[in-house]
Order: sequence, then structure tokens, then C-alpha cells
Amino acid sequence: MNWDFIWKYLPLYEKAALLTVRIGWAGIALAIIIGILCAIVLYFRIAVLRRIVSVYIEISRNTPLLIQLFFIYYALPKVGIPITPEVCGVAGLAFLGGSYMAEAFRSGLEAIEPIQMESALSLGLEKSQALRYVIMPQAVSVSVPAFVANVIFLLKETSVFSAVSLMDLMFTAKDLIGLYYKTTESLFLLVVFYLIILLPISILGSILERRLRHAGFGS
Amino acid sequence: MNEELLKVEHLTKKFEDNVVLDDISFTVHKGEVIVIVGPSGCGKSTMLRCINALEPVQGGRITIDGDEIVYGSKNLSSLRQKIGMVFQSYDLFPHLNVLDNILLAPMKAQKRKKDEVAKEAVELLERVGLRDKAKSFPRQLSGGQKQRVAIVRALCMHPEMMLFDEVTAALDPEMVREVLDVILGLAKGGMTMIIVTHEMQFARAVADRVLFLENGSIIEDSEPDTFFESPKTERAKEFLNIFNFERSKEK
Repeated sequence: MNWDFIWKYLPLYEKAALLTVRIGWAGIALAIIIGILCAIVLYFRIAVLRRIVSVYIEISRNTPLLIQLFFIYYALPKVGIPITPEVCGVAGLAFLGGSYMAEAFRSGLEAIEPIQMESALSLGLEKSQALRYVIMPQAVSVSVPAFVANVIFLLKETSVFSAVSLMDLMFTAKDLIGLYYKTTESLFLLVVFYLIILLPISILGSILERRLRHAGFGS
Repeated sequence: MNEELLKVEHLTKKFEDNVVLDDISFTVHKGEVIVIVGPSGCGKSTMLRCINALEPVQGGRITIDGDEIVYGSKNLSSLRQKIGMVFQSYDLFPHLNVLDNILLAPMKAQKRKKDEVAKEAVELLERVGLRDKAKSFPRQLSGGQKQRVAIVRALCMHPEMMLFDEVTAALDPEMVREVLDVILGLAKGGMTMIIVTHEMQFARAVADRVLFLENGSIIEDSEPDTFFESPKTERAKEFLNIFNFERSKEK
């Protein structure tokens, strides 16, 4: 192991890691929004939208992120929508993550007994209020484990970003290997940086899970 | 007789081809306590659910204070605020403590001030003997306590009438009493109520009128003493006999 090499190229990895995190969070934030909206559409069986959402989920879950990125990056400019690598990364992650988040929230919503909604309605709350104050808080805490797993999964998926020339961690590692043949050092740094990003989330997730279980309301 | 509060006219409810409620009509006057009895599956609970528009109906009209209650209509939540409903399975919101369970609807649906509602909630909790449970979560309460909280939660909305759907069916015998006492207290206070129950002695004590429902029809509508002493129909006699046990051995 050549430590001089590692120290020399550490800043490059830092930059790449920041890019990964930035695009990762933006994409995941969008994925959560898409996921919640889709889950609500599925939960309330809203007529036409429901079909569209089902089709979206199937496409999104049954195609690799790499293909989705290619599609966004190369196909959209053809129909006159120019796109930067960054936007492409965020959009791709949101497209992929949206369906996974939707399924996580939907299973959370469906875990809540329908009578919770009925008892909220019978008190005179509007449906939207019942959803917001009664159903959602319970559903979200049920779906926390799946949600955390999705966040980690999506951040790991960012490793294909290099395919659309985003200078992320994977791109940097491949670049250095190509330039200097320092495979061990480059991959070592790659693993370390992914762990730096993902371990805290994983640990935070299990703490959150445990606390929710202890607060576990039962009924 | 007081003025009419709730009017059910020719109510018909079907699940696909299965007729659950068949041309039901009755009127509830202010301050009246109506008890509905009948065998399981006769449509008692479904009827309460229809009154609160939790189920679509296939025919008939339900009105409260002259306003029609229509499943899925826009003004439903304001009409539902006039009708408090308590379910068999309590259905407190498990993520909120007792006080927040009670405060949610008055604050969000009626936009009332927190202090004012909280004061009232604590008074009501005091009345049902649960003042010290205000900060407890539902999972920390017994079935009877949860059910009393559910009643307080409904009362805090100042409903004009209350619906009780077999509220003691899931409770241990000792807890049944504490819940029934609360309902008896409400009856004394002049609350209009429709009560579905299998507790016959309680029914007799609390009712102004008893409706006997079978196969989706009201086949008897009488004063409690008349109903329990000398029911008019054979079917009601049979039904009431279920609650009597003959001694199996001579002593």
C-alpha cells in the first residue's frame, strides 16, 4: 500500500464524496416526495392515477438504474430537453427511488387498520386531516425500517453515476486506476469513502428503529 | 314528545346482492335513548355505520336536524360532528396520549382553542374516573379505560347524539360495568343515544325504546318493559329466551 499516493489523492475523493452525497440527498428527497404521493394514490385507489402509478412502479423497479440514467441522459436531449450530468443523476435516483419509497409507504399505510380512518372520520375530521394527523404518523413509523434500507440502497446505487460522466467516487477510483495503475490504493479509498457515507446512516437507522419499537404503541 | 333529531326513512343497504338493511324507518327524538337488539349479523352495526355515512347506502334517506347525510358528500364532516360514535374496538389513536386523542378533533375540525378544550377534556376525564390517565398512552390502559376515553373523545366534540356500537362486547365482565355506568350517566344527563348492545339488563335499564332487528328489518319497536316482559313477536321471545338459563339439575 502506497500511503503517499493515498494522502495525495484524498482531496479528490473528498470532492467526489461530496458530489455523491449532494446528488444522493437531492435524489432521495425527491424520491420520498414521489413515494408519498404514489403511496397515497395507491392507498385511496384514485381512479386513473392509480393505473399510471402502477405502470411507473413496474418500470422503475424492473429496469436497472444504469439503463434509466442512459435513457434520461441520451434520450431527453433528443426531444429537446437538455440535461446536465448532475440533473440526470438526481432525476435517475428520484425515478428509481420513487417506486421503492412508494412501496415502503404503501405497506406502512396498509398496516394501519381501516377503522383508524373511520374513527377519525366519525369524529368529524376531514379525510385529509385524518390522513395527516392519524394515519400518516402511524404509517411512517411502521415504514421506517424499509425507508432506511431504501436510503442505503439508493446511495449505493449512485456508484453507476460515472456512466453519465459524473465525477463521483466510482468515477474517481476508475480514473486513478486507469492513470496510475494503483488499483489497491484506489479501491481502498473507494471502500473507505462509501463506508464513511453509509455507516452513519445505517447506525442512525437502527437507533431510530429501536426507539420506535420501544415507543411501539401497540394499541 | 320532544322535537325530531334523527330521521331514518326507508333505509336500504346491500352488499352486492345480499340485503343487509331492508327498508328501515324510524325516528329519534331529542333526549331519547334507543337500544337496538337482535341476533348477530342482523345489520345492527351496519345501521349505525350508515347513520355516520361510513357505508354507502342503496336507498332511503337519513337526516339529522333536517340535513341529509349522504355518503361522500362535501358537508359530511360537519354533520358527523353532530354525531359521536364509539366503536367496539375503542380505536384510540395509538401514537397520541389520552389527552391528545381527545384534543385532536376539537382543535382540527372545530378550530377550538387548546386551553379551552383541554380544560373540558380534563373535566370529562374526571367524570369517568380517568383524570390521572391524561398523559398515558392507549397501550397503557385497560380495555374499559380505553373505551371510557373513546367516549370522552366523542363527547368533547359536543355531539347532539351518540352512537354506541357494541361498546362492551370486547371487555371483561368487570370492565363492562364501568363503561355502562358512564353511558347510564349520559342518559340521565339527557343525551340522545342509539345503543347497540347484547347486555339485556342494561338495555332495559337505559332504553326509552327498544328496536328488535332481524334480517335487516325492524320487527319490533316497543317500550323496554313491554319488549322484555311481553314481546309481540315469536322471534323476539325466542331471542330473549337465549339469555335465560334453565337449571340443569334439580337441587
